[in-house]
Amino acid sequence: MITFEDVVKVYPGGSTAVDHLSLELPTGKTTVLVGPSGCGKTTSLRMINRMVRPTSGRVLIDGRDVAEQDEALLRRGIGYVIQHAGLFPHRTVLDNVATVPMLLGRTRKQARTDALGLLERVGLSAEFAKRYPAQLSGGQQQRVGVARALAADPPIMVMDEPFSAVDPVVREGLHREFLRLQKDLGKTIAMVTHDIDEAIKLGDVVAIFRQGGRLAQVGTPREVLANPADDFVAEFVGRDRGLRSLSFESAADLPVRPLSEVGDLELDDAGRPVGYGSFTRADSLRLVTDLAIISPAGIAVRVDAEGVADGIVRHHDLVDHLAARRREQP
Amino acid sequence: MNLSYLFDAAHWDPTLSGGIPQLILSHLGYVALALLIGTVIALPAGLYIGHTGRGSFLAINAGNAGRSLPTLGLLMLMVTLLGLGLTPVLIALSVLVIPPVLTSAYAGMRSLDQRVVDAARGMGMRPWQVLTRVELPMALPVLMSGFRSAALQVVATATVAAAVGLSGLGRLLIDGLAVNDYSRVLAGAIVVAVLAVGLDLLLALVQRWVVSPGLNPSPKGPS
Repeated sequence: MITFEDVVKVYPGGSTAVDHLSLELPTGKTTVLVGPSGCGKTTSLRMINRMVRPTSGRVLIDGRDVAEQDEALLRRGIGYVIQHAGLFPHRTVLDNVATVPMLLGRTRKQARTDALGLLERVGLSAEFAKRYPAQLSGGQQQRVGVARALAADPPIMVMDEPFSAVDPVVREGLHREFLRLQKDLGKTIAMVTHDIDEAIKLGDVVAIFRQGGRLAQVGTPREVLANPADDFVAEFVGRDRGLRSLSFESAADLPVRPLSEVGDLELDDAGRPVGYGSFTRADSLRLVTDLAIISPAGIAVRVDAEGVADGIVRHHDLVDHLAARRREQP
Repeated sequence: MNLSYLFDAAHWDPTLSGGIPQLILSHLGYVALALLIGTVIALPAGLYIGHTGRGSFLAINAGNAGRSLPTLGLLMLMVTLLGLGLTPVLIALSVLVIPPVLTSAYAGMRSLDQRVVDAARGMGMRPWQVLTRVELPMALPVLMSGFRSAALQVVATATVAAAVGLSGLGRLLIDGLAVNDYSRVLAGAIVVAVLAVGLDLLLALVQRWVVSPGLNPSPKGPS
């Protein structure tokens, strides 16, 4: 667990970057610090690995004040990922990834063997190993940056806008990869972003900062969307927060109608719907809503795990379902 | 004016004192010593100034002042102060080395991508490791170009050693002029020019060898 205890950072000249921050980042979870520029989120993040020192207050990792630990040793135990990756241009991809293990005293050979496995882990084939960073695309560089941070298997990762320098399509892929990796690894992650959608998508906990370095609200993405603490948070999480909150609602309990209600529903030989968007019980209400809206007939088709159609949902079923849900949980 | 002196085999006898091979050797000796002394002084100073940003006024102006200092004049001053010998020559030539090495070390450090340096620190490198494993290798292309221009200048200017009674290829120029043997003067000028070009080519090869291919403008990978 990472703990901020009444942390203040005032820069020379008197501007307050972080204003009495107290925050706990739970072990094994992703905590996303999010807010507009100048809100102190990056300054706070950089205090975890002592790249910034607090003016007052303490930052603790598992109860130990980071200020009392050897700077270099502390940092070697914390994976560090930054915007634009910050790869060493004069070293090959493989040697970039092997950096921290070698600082920790592992042999070059061992470190390189491990690095090769890590590249695979982040979705890069072995042919990238001998290349130099300048020969990679932005997205590939960022993957190498993540592999490099993971190389010594640190329990904690500090990530400063790790996905903001790549285009939306590549970012989408990196998000999927990140969620898959984090599911396997269960690291304690502190991440900074200015993008609330990214925060909601990747965070188990979201900490929203406001200008002047003050914490506005902490909670799960669902809590923050459903109950913004004040007008600032409400505006920051966006106008369509109601629609976005449907991302957290499962479609499992959504009642469906028999297929026979739609006369011209076309199915292939295996019973899979043709020409209609489909969802499974594991999908979210947001997807179902989206499908029903874009479908000319106003219906979404539910399929089982094999993709075989087993029911349909109409616009007004969704509305009824949401209304019923509201009556149950005021 | 002719090339007879240059192509007279007798002047290329390696055992002959005052023959061209021995003059080249002593010439290169002055060059090597001056480069060594100048670099030992200018490189750490330039790296420090570039790294900390402190004293950048000095780095920029030392470059300009150093270039405008007449080497022959400085040499004569040193001889007046210290008497004849190797020391005044080495001082005058080392002063020539300092400006390009100092300014290139400074510029090389200033041009570093600070995000990469931040990553190196954040990953747990100690300050010395950041300097030797990240900053220096990245600054090397700029550093090498400064060193090469210093080497070129010193090869050409080391001829002044002969003006105060020392050896080197300047002997061919000074002695040739003294006895109106222009063929000898021409031989000296040509050998100095060839030596300068040859040394620069050699340093270009060294640069290719020590600078990471990842730092080339369009790196070509093994793929």
